Amino acid sequence: MQFIGQMILNGLMTSSFYALIAVGLSLVFGVMHIVNFAHGEFYMVGAYTVWVLFALLDWPFFVAVGVAILVVGILGLVSEKLIFRRARGNVLNGFIMSVGLVFILQVAVVEIWGVGKMKPVPAAYPQILHFMGATTWQRFILFPATVILLGSLWYFLGNFKIGRALRASAEDPEAASLYGMSPRKSAALAMFLGSAMAGAAGGLMAPIMSVHPYMGHAVIWTAFVVIIVGGAGNIKGTLYASIIFGFLTTIITTFLDSTIANLVNTLVMLVLLAIRPEGLVAHAEK
Amino acid sequence: MRKSSMNKLAGFALLTAVMIALPFVVSGYKVDFLTMLMVNVILAVSFRVITTTGGWSLAHVPMMGAGAYATALMSGNLGIPFWFSMPLAGLVAGLIGLGISYPLRRTEGFAFFVASFAAGEALRLCWIRFKIPFGGHQGLVVPPPMLVPGVQWLDFAEAIPYYFLTLVVTVFCLMIMHRLDVCRIGSTFKTIHSEENLAKSMGINTARYKMLALTIGSFFAGIAGVLLAHRLWAIEPDQFGFSTTLYLLVWVVFGGTTTFSGPILGVVVLSIIGELLRPLADWVPMVYGIIIILTLIFLPGGLESLPSRIGIPKGKFWRAQITVEDR
Repeated sequence: MQFIGQMILNGLMTSSFYALIAVGLSLVFGVMHIVNFAHGEFYMVGAYTVWVLFALLDWPFFVAVGVAILVVGILGLVSEKLIFRRARGNVLNGFIMSVGLVFILQVAVVEIWGVGKMKPVPAAYPQILHFMGATTWQRFILFPATVILLGSLWYFLGNFKIGRALRASAEDPEAASLYGMSPRKSAALAMFLGSAMAGAAGGLMAPIMSVHPYMGHAVIWTAFVVIIVGGAGNIKGTLYASIIFGFLTTIITTFLDSTIANLVNTLVMLVLLAIRPEGLVAHAEK
Repeated sequence: MRKSSMNKLAGFALLTAVMIALPFVVSGYKVDFLTMLMVNVILAVSFRVITTTGGWSLAHVPMMGAGAYATALMSGNLGIPFWFSMPLAGLVAGLIGLGISYPLRRTEGFAFFVASFAAGEALRLCWIRFKIPFGGHQGLVVPPPMLVPGVQWLDFAEAIPYYFLTLVVTVFCLMIMHRLDVCRIGSTFKTIHSEENLAKSMGINTARYKMLALTIGSFFAGIAGVLLAHRLWAIEPDQFGFSTTLYLLVWVVFGGTTTFSGPILGVVVLSIIGELLRPLADWVPMVYGIIIILTLIFLPGGLESLPSRIGIPKGKFWRAQITVEDR
């Protein structure tokens, strides 16, 4: 019983992490039709922000995470204005532009802070939590934080006028612009929100993961698998897929190891693509 | 028509002659650079075979790795000579390409990128995870090729003999791929890209042709991997990681994919830029990133579209120059 409880707890935290990363990516794709490969680098920048503010300057942890969210959100906004806007909805061009952005951000971080040295971020809440198993508060915080962040995103998209306009713009950009929601405004908003989610994930994971310039690679891969299965642009589907893959990864990691878990995740995705090319939850054709 | 193909042949022969003369002119280190350049040319041109059907496979560099690992195992563990291990390794890469092309055959755009990326990474994870026979993170040692047993002076562990071996293989591969590009299969690939529904209504099985393109592309990528492995003498999974794929994408986008020479142009120009920036090696990825974004914004067709962009009609580059002189 103890064992199963521990597994559920770990699965919950892995799912939260996947959801936090993948929902932002899915939102950006849904509105802008851009496969943002630099999403993993945005996550990395979030982690670095927390490292600078929390580990070096001793700011309170949650203030540091809040600043990371803002910094990465603004980074997303700027990259939309300077780069992604010029892809004009061409999926291939947008994707390759984001690849260029990956190079630029990685080199920038390496040149500013160096690549070799460890960037240790101490745990802000190292106390042990006993609830269905044992974990530290630092890890557990990920779950309520994700629920709050995704919940507020959901509320924003469902109940605020501009949030609803964003959803309308994802479904039918022309009709939405007739009602006064310009595609540019919605693209900027989606990019800000999606990137901010990546920043939040990076900030929250900084004390748990090792912080280095290439930490985005491992994450972006999982996020892609999740949103392919969930149906790109479909937030609800992405959420389901993150829960499925979070638990799948946890179970396989417990019994075998994490490399096998990644392999199985990929195989699941490929098999699903062979059977249902449109994803687990079919999204509306645009 | 006939004249232009004659011109192309002459250009190709001239280029080959220059490549034959080059190693006697430049210094030892540069010869290795040129060898790697040719390997990358095969890689980029084989990538173009896949892009002509409209799919940008992100599993292409892992396919090159598949060829490299296959030849390492075959020539290192089993002692199979180079002339057999090279086509066999290409065949292994081609078969793996065929395997991953099955789930990819109906996906488009976004799903194609992501699924091919994940499939390639899965292949790479296998090399890391299964230490026997792939050697894990340390990778494998590849013996230098023994081509003509008994001839001592022709040692293919040396740079210049290996350069000529690579040159022969490269010329051969490029000739096959060019032939493929202009023949019926090649034009079918292009039709699938530009007019998929029309192709379907003409009775073309588009899914099968896409699988064929991925298989052929992977085969030649495997050949490139063989050449790489036997020159480096050691391979590891990180060489075939995503950063190499990103470089490949940058080369191909920079050169353009509509003509056969586009990717070659991209590889050559960017490799030379990278070589010139050698003192600033840390900054090269950033320069590449900036180049690629600027290319997509200001010259979306790549370098190959430059003549038509500045007002010279396609295929009339030289004639246009003469009229300028007449004035």
